[in-house]
Amino acid sequence: MKRKDLILFAVLLLLAGVSFIISRMMPEKSDARLEITIDGESYGSYSLGDDQTIKIGSTNVCRIENGVVTMTEADCPDHICVKTKPIDRKGGSIVCLPNRVVLKIIGTNASDEEPEVIAG
Amino acid sequence: MSEAEKRKRIINSSEGNGEVRNRQNGQSSCGVQRLTRLALMTALAMILSYVESLIPFYAGFPGIKLGLANLVIVLLLYTGTIGEALVVSCMRILLTGFLFGNLYSMLFSLSGGLISLLVMWLIRKIPGFGVMGVSIAGGVAHNMAQLAVAVLVVETYQLVVYFPVLLAAGTLTGAGIGILAAVLLERAKLLRRS
Repeated sequence: MKRKDLILFAVLLLLAGVSFIISRMMPEKSDARLEITIDGESYGSYSLGDDQTIKIGSTNVCRIENGVVTMTEADCPDHICVKTKPIDRKGGSIVCLPNRVVLKIIGTNASDEEPEVIAG
Repeated sequence: MSEAEKRKRIINSSEGNGEVRNRQNGQSSCGVQRLTRLALMTALAMILSYVESLIPFYAGFPGIKLGLANLVIVLLLYTGTIGEALVVSCMRILLTGFLFGNLYSMLFSLSGGLISLLVMWLIRKIPGFGVMGVSIAGGVAHNMAQLAVAVLVVETYQLVVYFPVLLAAGTLTGAGIGILAAVLLERAKLLRRS
């Protein structure tokens, strides 16, 4: 292991640690809601306060319970969305890539401002 | 010219059909031998891909992988030409994609693989970096490219929260692959460094 290799290794891990701490420090959103989009288009917006089961199109099912969102069913082959850690008021997203379904927590938190992503 | 000198000339040229050496890196550049060597590397990469698919690895993010197959790419980077590494990488991704994956996973793999190859090649050119550094850089680049593609595909900038996890995972797996590659390059007689 050469010197520069070690430096690179340490710097990258440090960067990961710092960015992790920063992400944890993000304040919770006060009026957090769950927004579901399919293929980039809004499918619905739901309050996290009410326990409910939501069918998303014919391909996925998610559940809001105690303010936590989980993907419970999906017809995609890898089921990564189902295995993704549940998201709550703090933010985050669950994505089912094959079905292009995105579950996202939105709120009035300023850091949530999305830059316009124009996919070509 | 003496017989010995004549024989030397044939062996050192690329016309002979015996053991032919590429003068640059000691690896064969004669058609069939090169083809066989690269085919073996591709098959090895595919097997590693398959083995990796048996190990559950989730960063809570679709498309993310350990990148074990990159071991072959790193080895190729040090024992062959960049062109060979590129070809094996693409072949492995395409074949594995058709066999085990779907369109999206192939898109991820391709972007990860190409970007990581480019980064590894560049890092290698900087003096002072060894196999470990190259491998670490490759692993990180692979994950960052996948993150970027995911953000573009689902049009959700929020995915960026996965940056720390991917960065750490890329660094650690890169380091692991680097150790393996370093040991192999030193000990395996079949691999000769360029």
